[in-house]
Amino acid sequence: MKLVMEKRLAPSPLMRSLVPVVAAFAALVFCGIFFAVTGRDPFEVYYAMFSGALGSEYGISETIVKMIPLAMCGLGIAIAFRMQIWNIGAEGQFYMGACAASWLPLTYPDLPSMIMLPGMLLLGAAAGGMWGLLAGWFKTKWLVSELITTLMMNYIAILWVNYLVYGAWRDPKGLNFPLTAAFSESALLPSFGDLRVHAGIIIVFVLAAVLAVVFRDSRWGYETLVIGSNPTAARYAGINIPRNVLLVMLLSGAVCGMGGMIEVSGIVGKLQPGISPGYGYTAIIVAWLARLHPAAIIVVAFLFAIIHVGGFMVQTLGIPSAVATMLQGAILFFVVGADIFTNYQLRLIKNEGGEESE
Amino acid sequence: MNETLLISILAASITAGTPILFAALGELISERAGVTNLGVDGMMLVGACAGFIAAQQTGSLLSGVGMALLAGSLMALIHAFLTVTLRANQVVSGLALTLFGTGLSGYLGLDYVGQQATVVFSKLAVPGLSEIPVLGPVLFRQDLLVYCSYILVAAVAFYLYRTRAGLFMRALGENPAAVDAVGVNVFGLRYLYVIMGGALAGLGGAYLSLAYAPCWLENMTAGRGWIAVALVIFALWDPWRALLGSYLFGGIDALGFHLQVIGLPVSVFILNMLPYIFTIVVLILVLARKGGRLAAPQALGQPYDREER
Amino acid sequence: MTLPLISMRQITKRFPGVIANNKINLELYPGEIHALLGENGSGKSTLMSILTGLYKPTEGCIMVGGEEVKFASPADAIASGIGMVHQHFKLIESFTVAENIVLSQSKGGFLLKPEQIIADIESLGEKYGLQVDPRAYVWQLGVGEKQRVEILRMLYHRSRVLILDEPTAVLTPQETRELFVNLRKMADDGCAVVFISHKLNEVEELADRVTVLRGGCVTGSAAKEDMRRDKLVQMMIGREVLNTYEKNCEHCGEVVLQLEQVSALNDMNTVGLNNVRLAVRAGEIYGIAGVSGNGQRELAEVLAGLRPAMGGKIFFYGQDLTNKKPKEMIEAGISYVPEDRLGMGLVPNLDSVNNVILKEYDGKFSKGWRIRREAAIAATKRIVEDFDVKLGSIFQPVKMMSGGNLQKLLLGREIAAKPKLMIVLYPVRGLDIGAIEAVHKLLLQLKEEQTAIILVSEELEEIAKLADRVGVMFAGQILGEFPVSEMDTEKIGALMAGITEAGGAGV
Repeated sequence: MKLVMEKRLAPSPLMRSLVPVVAAFAALVFCGIFFAVTGRDPFEVYYAMFSGALGSEYGISETIVKMIPLAMCGLGIAIAFRMQIWNIGAEGQFYMGACAASWLPLTYPDLPSMIMLPGMLLLGAAAGGMWGLLAGWFKTKWLVSELITTLMMNYIAILWVNYLVYGAWRDPKGLNFPLTAAFSESALLPSFGDLRVHAGIIIVFVLAAVLAVVFRDSRWGYETLVIGSNPTAARYAGINIPRNVLLVMLLSGAVCGMGGMIEVSGIVGKLQPGISPGYGYTAIIVAWLARLHPAAIIVVAFLFAIIHVGGFMVQTLGIPSAVATMLQGAILFFVVGADIFTNYQLRLIKNEGGEESE
Repeated sequence: MNETLLISILAASITAGTPILFAALGELISERAGVTNLGVDGMMLVGACAGFIAAQQTGSLLSGVGMALLAGSLMALIHAFLTVTLRANQVVSGLALTLFGTGLSGYLGLDYVGQQATVVFSKLAVPGLSEIPVLGPVLFRQDLLVYCSYILVAAVAFYLYRTRAGLFMRALGENPAAVDAVGVNVFGLRYLYVIMGGALAGLGGAYLSLAYAPCWLENMTAGRGWIAVALVIFALWDPWRALLGSYLFGGIDALGFHLQVIGLPVSVFILNMLPYIFTIVVLILVLARKGGRLAAPQALGQPYDREER
Repeated sequence: MTLPLISMRQITKRFPGVIANNKINLELYPGEIHALLGENGSGKSTLMSILTGLYKPTEGCIMVGGEEVKFASPADAIASGIGMVHQHFKLIESFTVAENIVLSQSKGGFLLKPEQIIADIESLGEKYGLQVDPRAYVWQLGVGEKQRVEILRMLYHRSRVLILDEPTAVLTPQETRELFVNLRKMADDGCAVVFISHKLNEVEELADRVTVLRGGCVTGSAAKEDMRRDKLVQMMIGREVLNTYEKNCEHCGEVVLQLEQVSALNDMNTVGLNNVRLAVRAGEIYGIAGVSGNGQRELAEVLAGLRPAMGGKIFFYGQDLTNKKPKEMIEAGISYVPEDRLGMGLVPNLDSVNNVILKEYDGKFSKGWRIRREAAIAATKRIVEDFDVKLGSIFQPVKMMSGGNLQKLLLGREIAAKPKLMIVLYPVRGLDIGAIEAVHKLLLQLKEEQTAIILVSEELEEIAKLADRVGVMFAGQILGEFPVSEMDTEKIGALMAGITEAGGAGV
C-alpha cells in the first residue's frame, strides 16, 4: 500500500475558497506556537498586533497607508502574471515611477496641482512602464527571461534613485542628508483630515475596478488569459503574442510606477532612498494569494498591511517588528502547502497496480 | 594609487566577496539541479543569526558554523518540500522564504542585536604563500573561512564537471526525465541539492556575523542574498566565474570606501549598477551568439512531474 | 540459427478499454535485422515500450538469453542490454556528445575520465561508421548527427538489442543509405537490430525478417526470401472489403481552394510539404489518406496561416491567400480542426463559453472593447444543444470533458462559424463508436451546406464513407488522387507505402 497524490482535473471550487482562509489561520496558529515556545504569550502578541493596526483611527489610517503601495504593485503584477509573464520587477518599476514623478515638482515647483498631480502620475506611469517594457523587449527580441532581467533592473532602479538623491538632486539646504527638497504643496496628494490616508486610496479602488472589468469583460483581457493558459491555442486563434508581451510589461510596469508616484506624492513628500521597504516583492505574494483577482488583491494587501502595521505596533511590548514579515512568509507557506488539497486528491492504492499510462 | 592601497583594496574585495560567494555557490548548486531559490537572503539571515547565537552561547566557532549550516538547511528544506514535492511556484515560494527568514532572524536575534561577537574568525596568514609579493597578502592573509571558500569553489567545480554524480546533477537541471529514465531518484537528489544550497547560504550568513562584521544586526545582509542570485546568472552557472563575480561585487563594495582616497570621479552608485547591467548584457550576448539557446539550465523553475513526462 | 537474444512470449497489454497488444510473440536473433511493420496505433510502440521497461506487460513474459526477466524500470532494460532510439531524441542539448553518452547509465566510477570516454566513443564511431565529434555540443549538431549520438549511446553501453523507431523519418536519402550500411555492420557484429517502420521499400531493402502488426495482433511475419510487397501491404492494412457508399458530387459548386506547388518545412526544418497541388470544390469532401507524419499537419498549418509556405500559391475563391496571418485565414472562412484538441484547438483550463469564443472573440462576440458575454453564453448553449455535447456545466474547465464531447464542442464551434473551407485532422481519433457516428454526421451535414472539406484520416473506412475524392499523402506529396469509388485497399496501401504505379518507390 502506498499513498499517492492524484491530480484533480479541476480544482475543487469549495476548497479553492476555503483553503486559503484555513491556511492563513493555520499559519497564525503555527507562529503562535512558535511564540509560545520562545517564551511569549501568543495571545498577547496577536492582540497587540490587531488592536494596534485596527483598534484606533491612527492604526487604521496607517494600515491603509501601507495597503496602498502593496495593492498598486499587486495589481500591476497581476496584469503580467495573468499571462504567465513573471514580472518580479515591481520594486524597480515602483522606484522608477517615483523618480520620474519627482522630477516635475523638483523642476517646476510652481505648477498648480491641477497640472502637477496628473503630470506626476503620467510621468510615474510612463517611467515604470518603460522600465517594464525594456524587459519585455529583451524577452521578445532575444528570449531573455523576464524573471532575470526584471530582477536585475530592480537593483539598477534603486541605485539610480540613490545616485540622484545623493548627487544631482540632493537638497542643498538639506544638511547633506540624502534627500531631495520637499515637494511644493501642489505636488502632494490631498489627505483625509489629519490622517495620513491620502487620495491614493481612490486611485487604488478605481484601478482595481477598471482591471476587474478589463480582466473579465474585455477582448484584451480575454487575449491575455488565453495566452497565459495555452499559447499554442492563442497562436491558432490568431492572437499576436509578442505584441501582448510588450503591452503587458508596459502596463504592468506603468501601474507599479504609478504606485511609486503615489507613495512619494502622498506620503513621503520628497524623493529619498528606501521609499519602498520591499513592497514590490511582498506584492508578488499578495497577488499570488489573491489568485490575481483585483478585488482580492485589495483584501490581501489590507491583511498584509494589518500585519505590517501590527508588527510595528508590538515593538512597544518589546516584541520585534520582525514577527510581521515572519507571519507574512508563513501565511504563504501554508497557503501553498494547502493547495495540495485543492489540486490533488490523496488516495491509498495497492502497491502492485502501479501501472503507468502515457 | 600606491601599491599598499591597491593590496588593501584587493584583500578587502575578497573579504567582502566571500559571504556572497558562499551564498552564490549554494544557489548555483540548487539551480544546477533545477530549482530556483529566491530565498537566499532569508536563508543567509537565519544562518547569520543562528550561527552568531550559537557561537555566543558556546564560545565555539565550530558550533556557530555548524548551527548556521543547519539553520540554512532547514530553511531550504521548506522550499524543497513546497517546490519539489508540492510543485509550488518556485518564485513565490522563494520570496516567501526571504520574508520568513528576515522575520525569523529578527525575532530570534532580538536580544543579541548590536552585540560584538566574542569569538571571531581572525586573519591567519598562510606560512610561505603569504610571502608571495602582491598575491600573498591579497589571497593568503585572510581568515579560515576564506580558505574554505577557495577549496569549496574548486570542489564544486570538480564535482560538477569531473564526476559522474556531477553530470547527473547538471542533467537534473536540464532534463530531469532523462535522469529518471536511467533509474536515478530525481526528487531525492533535488532535495539534497536544494538543502546543500541552503546550508551554504547559511554559511555565507555566518561569515557576515562571525568574520566580516563581526556582530549581529537585524537585516545585516543588506541584500547580499539578492546579489548572490544575480551573481549566479552573471556567472552563467559556473563556479569559477561565480568566484570572480563575487570578488568583483566585493571589490566594488571595497572600492566604495576608498573612492575618495583614490579620487575617481565616479559615483559609487553608478559603480554598483555595473554588475547588474553586465549581467543583462552577458545574457543577451550569450543568447544572441547561441542563436536563442538559453544559457540557463533548461528545466530551471519547472517542477518535475512524472505523469507529465 | 542460434538461440534468440530476446524472446517475447504471449505479450498482452491492456489499457483501460483497449487491448494494445494481444498475445504477441517476437523473437530477436543476434546478427539479424528485424523490421516491425504496422500503421500508427497497431501496437508497435506499446510492444517496444514493454521491451524497454517503460510498461509492464499485463500478461506474458520476456526472456533475455533464455532467462526470464522482469523490468521494473527502463534502467533495468538498459542493464539487460536493450537500447532504443526514439523518434524524438532524448539528448540534452547543452551537453557535449560524450556527456550525453555517459549520462545514460547511472552506474560506474565516481570520476569521469573524459579522455578515455572520448577515445572509446571515437573508436566505436570508427568501427561502425558513426562519425561524430564527441567534444561537440549537441545543439551544434544536425538531425542525422544527433541520431548517430543516440546509436553510439546504445553501443557504448554494450546494448545487444538495438531498437530504432522510424529512424529514417528525419533523414535525407543520403543519410538513410549510410544508416543502413552502419546498421548492417552492427548486426554482423552480433547485435539484434529492431527497425520500426511503415516504409515498405526500406523494410525490403534492410530487413532479414519482418513482423507485421495490426490492431495489437501479429498479422504475419516473413523472412527476407518470402517478403512480397503486396502481401505485406495486406497484412498491414487488412483485408476487409470497403463498403461503397453512393456519392454524388452533382451539387458540388465552384472551386473553393486551389493549392499550386505549395511547399513548406516541417518542425525539423526539412521538407514537410513538397509541391502539393490540390483543388477542393464547395460541398465536396476531399479525403487525404496516408500514414500520419507525411505532411498532413504541415498542410493544415499552412492553410491555417500557422506555418509559412516556402513556395507555391494558395488561392481561396480565386484570391491569393499565400502566407497570410492566422487571423486573416480565419476571417476568410478557413477553419482548421487540429488533431490535438486540448493542446491547440481548445484551452483546457478555460470553460466552454471562453472556448467557444476563441476564434471570434473580436468578431461576432465583441462590441467595441467588450466581449459580449450574453451572446457568448447563448451561442455556447446553442452549440451544446445542437451538437449534443454532454457536460456538467458550460462554466466548467473543458479539460474535464471526455474526448468525444471535446471533439463535438470543437467541431460545433467551427461549424457555428459557418466556414467556407474546413480542414479537419483525424477527427475520430480516440473516440468511441457513438461519438464517431456523431462526428461523421456533422461533417456530412456541413457538406450539405456547401462547405468544402478536407478530411485527413488514417482510416480508409472513414474516407470511403465520407469522401468524394481521395488523395494519398506520402513524404509531403500527394502521390495519387482519384474518385473514392475507384479506391481499393491494394492501390491505396501501395501508395501509402510510397509505391507509385511506375513501379518504383516514390521519393
